[in-house]
Amino acid sequence: MSVPPPLVKIRDVSKSYRRGSQILPVLQHIVLDIAEGAFLALMGPSGSGKTTLLNLIAGIDRADSGSITVGDVDIMSLSETDLAAWRSSSIGFIFQFYNLIPVLNARENVELPLLLTGLSRKERREHAETALQVVNLADRMDHYPSELSGGQQQRVAIARAVVTDPLMLVADEPTGDLDRASAKDILDLMCRLNTELGKTIIMVTHDPRAAERAHIIRDLDKGVLNDVSGQTPL
Amino acid sequence: MFLAKLLFKNAFRHKLRTALTVLGVAVAVLAFGLLRTVVSAWYSGVEASSASRLVTRNAISLVFMLPASYREKIRQIEGVKTVSWGNWFGGIYIDEKNFFPNFAVDPKTYLELYPEYLLSLEEKTAFLHDRKGCMVGRLTARKYGWKQGDTVTLKGTIFPGNWEFVVDGIYRGRDRGTDESQFFFHWEYLNESMKKTAPERAEQIGFFILGIKNPDRAAEVAAAVDRSFKNSISETITETEKAFQMGFVSMTEAIVIAVQLVSFVVIIIIMAVVANTMAMSVRERTGEYVVFKTLGFGSYHLAGLIFGESFVICLTGCAVGILGTFPAAKAFGDAMSTFLPVFFVSPRTVYLDVLASVAVATIAALIPAFRVMHIGIAQGLRKVV
Repeated sequence: MSVPPPLVKIRDVSKSYRRGSQILPVLQHIVLDIAEGAFLALMGPSGSGKTTLLNLIAGIDRADSGSITVGDVDIMSLSETDLAAWRSSSIGFIFQFYNLIPVLNARENVELPLLLTGLSRKERREHAETALQVVNLADRMDHYPSELSGGQQQRVAIARAVVTDPLMLVADEPTGDLDRASAKDILDLMCRLNTELGKTIIMVTHDPRAAERAHIIRDLDKGVLNDVSGQTPL
Repeated sequence: MFLAKLLFKNAFRHKLRTALTVLGVAVAVLAFGLLRTVVSAWYSGVEASSASRLVTRNAISLVFMLPASYREKIRQIEGVKTVSWGNWFGGIYIDEKNFFPNFAVDPKTYLELYPEYLLSLEEKTAFLHDRKGCMVGRLTARKYGWKQGDTVTLKGTIFPGNWEFVVDGIYRGRDRGTDESQFFFHWEYLNESMKKTAPERAEQIGFFILGIKNPDRAAEVAAAVDRSFKNSISETITETEKAFQMGFVSMTEAIVIAVQLVSFVVIIIIMAVVANTMAMSVRERTGEYVVFKTLGFGSYHLAGLIFGESFVICLTGCAVGILGTFPAAKAFGDAMSTFLPVFFVSPRTVYLDVLASVAVATIAALIPAFRVMHIGIAQGLRKVV
């Protein structure tokens, strides 16, 4: 049986930040493959570079060197405009603090990424409602973020992330702002998206309990990716 | 629709701040509109002048008279169709504060040359046949409660004595810019009286109004008139009515320039206020704009949101300001009717209000939009967290 090519292929990626005259290396010669349908957790202490790596994979930051290919696209060669278009169609984002737009209700927040598609108003609405049903928030569609609990807000954010049917979901500490019960609900939902809808998920987390839910855990330390401690081989 | 809703919701997210900014824009637009209307009122005489009328006066100064005998000479000049004449009378009604322009004119030719002064046939006939008659603009008539048939006494300043007139007609302007504050009576009445009381001042004329056949030949006709009186005892200056009126305006040009400057300063001040509001709003929402970028919205989408919000605020204020300008101009115009008899908000002023608001909205949003367009997503997200 032939092994399918990885969805994400990272080769020799390095990234550093400049602070005044000082150059701080954040990622050093990262090599990583992520298969389609994988659920990968990136762990590591603060400042280890895991969020930076996630940002590079999601196309919201640029590496200093190396290459990142997602599907057939070399995202480092894309212009800012093309990269924005690629993000809108290929990546679903889940943030620690949900980052919903407070003046829009749940349905409108989920509808937001669809404004960049050619869908009609009616179609956008239908897609948003379906996504909210997937995250079990059909009864909260007209609620504003301030009227929802943290867990519910994160579910709206997940609905917003999946509504465009992206290639993969990237989540930065998705349970970091939630209590244990809500965190469990969110992780259950992410697992469901991974297993039932086949979504590739890359999650940055500090929480070992959250990381346990992933198929693969990779550990970053001082910008260097350590060896695999995976539950499911790639 | 979705984006329009987002624009309005964003604009009114901080209700008090936005309300105060909208109020500021409204007050600025109102002030700008009023000041522009003052400037327009200042130029109303120029605007109302006709290209087919020339004014001939003494070359030394308007205060020096011209001999009445010039009438016939001017009439014979090629290109002149009608000649009318008049004197500034400078009469006072009861008290000096009751100012309105009053002239002794030749009624028949004057009304021929000024078809914009509308009288009924009955009023016109009465005025033309009554040597002691006068015709008054309806603004002045309304102000002093004069009706047709009333007797009005003016105290002469240049021509001493108490002068009685019968109000034969109350004219209204054909155009909105026509001055309805003036008072006209028969030059013959003045001249006959002068013959009796001060003969040396009789047969003297302050200005001639010339109706010309072809406005394109105005300069030529004016030169011919002035040439006719060259080296005479009273040389003349003939110019278009517009140039003549501009001569009065330029005497007070400094005031007009000051008013215009103040109107622009008002706009610059409100520009700073709106720019501050926009800068604060956008700074508070930087995280949201970064999220928009993350979701794939381009820099120009975000610039559109910021400019749109600025336009919502400024155009709301502009609409309120324009609505307020009309009653304010009415009240101001009524109070200042003695000095600015033609005072109304012109469509041009409304266009300028809108243009100024668009300029304020655009400039106020420039820097915040530029900042948001150029913020890196990763950098922005770090700020959010």
